[in-house]
Amino acid sequence: MHELPVTESILKIVLKHAEKNNVRKVVSISLQVGKLSDLEDEWIQRYFDYLSKGTVAEGAKLKIERMPIMVQCSDCATSYEAQATNLGELICPACGGKNITLVSGREYYIKDMEVQ
Amino acid sequence: MEEVRLIEVKEEIMADNVKVATEVRERLRKTKTMLLNLMSSPGSGKTSLILQTIANLKDKLRLGVIEADIDSKVDAENVAAQGISAVQLRTGGFCHLDATMVTQGIDALAVNDLDLIIIENVGNLVCPAEFDTGAHKNVMILSVPEGDDKPLKYPLMFSICDLLLVNKIDYLSLSDFDMSALRKRVLALNPRIVILEVSCKTGSGIDAWVNWLKKEFDVFKQ
Repeated sequence: MHELPVTESILKIVLKHAEKNNVRKVVSISLQVGKLSDLEDEWIQRYFDYLSKGTVAEGAKLKIERMPIMVQCSDCATSYEAQATNLGELICPACGGKNITLVSGREYYIKDMEVQ
Repeated sequence: MEEVRLIEVKEEIMADNVKVATEVRERLRKTKTMLLNLMSSPGSGKTSLILQTIANLKDKLRLGVIEADIDSKVDAENVAAQGISAVQLRTGGFCHLDATMVTQGIDALAVNDLDLIIIENVGNLVCPAEFDTGAHKNVMILSVPEGDDKPLKYPLMFSICDLLLVNKIDYLSLSDFDMSALRKRVLALNPRIVILEVSCKTGSGIDAWVNWLKKEFDVFKQ
């Protein structure tokens, strides 16, 4: 539901870098988004297509890399990837511990963009 | 065909909001005004909790409320009727508040004369979790009728809060809500979260909530 303001931020950052680098056309944009985020890839692209009309970023393809949810066992320090759907019921695969802490999975990051 | 080149961007998408949120936190730290962001689903008891909080704390702390209901003034009017400074943000269908909207709310309140401002965020367990409002503390309510499985469905919200209030515990005997399963799920997502059981209707547990708030305010003031 909050894809619109997030997409506005993406476009703003992209246009800033495009201007700095004398870009004529943005071809694609690589994003890293944590799996804990509820953003829908399809909607980000649709909003982006709408917002970017008439700018150098019009027609750019968003490449969204979903970053894994990483957790760590507080008992034995083993790190591993978890799925969003069973986050509340994790058991450490190494020691069976139940004190699991979230390490990453909330990223919202623009990595790079392909331009002409 | 023109050659395609790669530009490294390396920027956080939410950096602008984080910057404004940091400004809000610093500004309110100077006036020693604690900002608390209250989040939950619609109908879980945000306004009832705020009214209970006002009744218990208005003689001890100078309170203000920023209301973000989608498009009505009902909540702000209920709060203002208690003699508390309240400002209603018309979010016009927005699903969350961001730090810029909160700044507008703070501008409309006389912050120099306030100890605690409570933001009643838009009723939603998804979007408000993604946007830093500039609050010093994040608090959420989960009400018993919503079910003990909500941490599994909305893990981000549970992972960012300092306190979880389980409201409507007067409904417990009528439901299959499993409090120990809930606690286990929430603590797995967020081991530092404090969980309190309350009923805004009967007043049960409200003392513990008010004590938590007073203690956090004392820590904040130092």
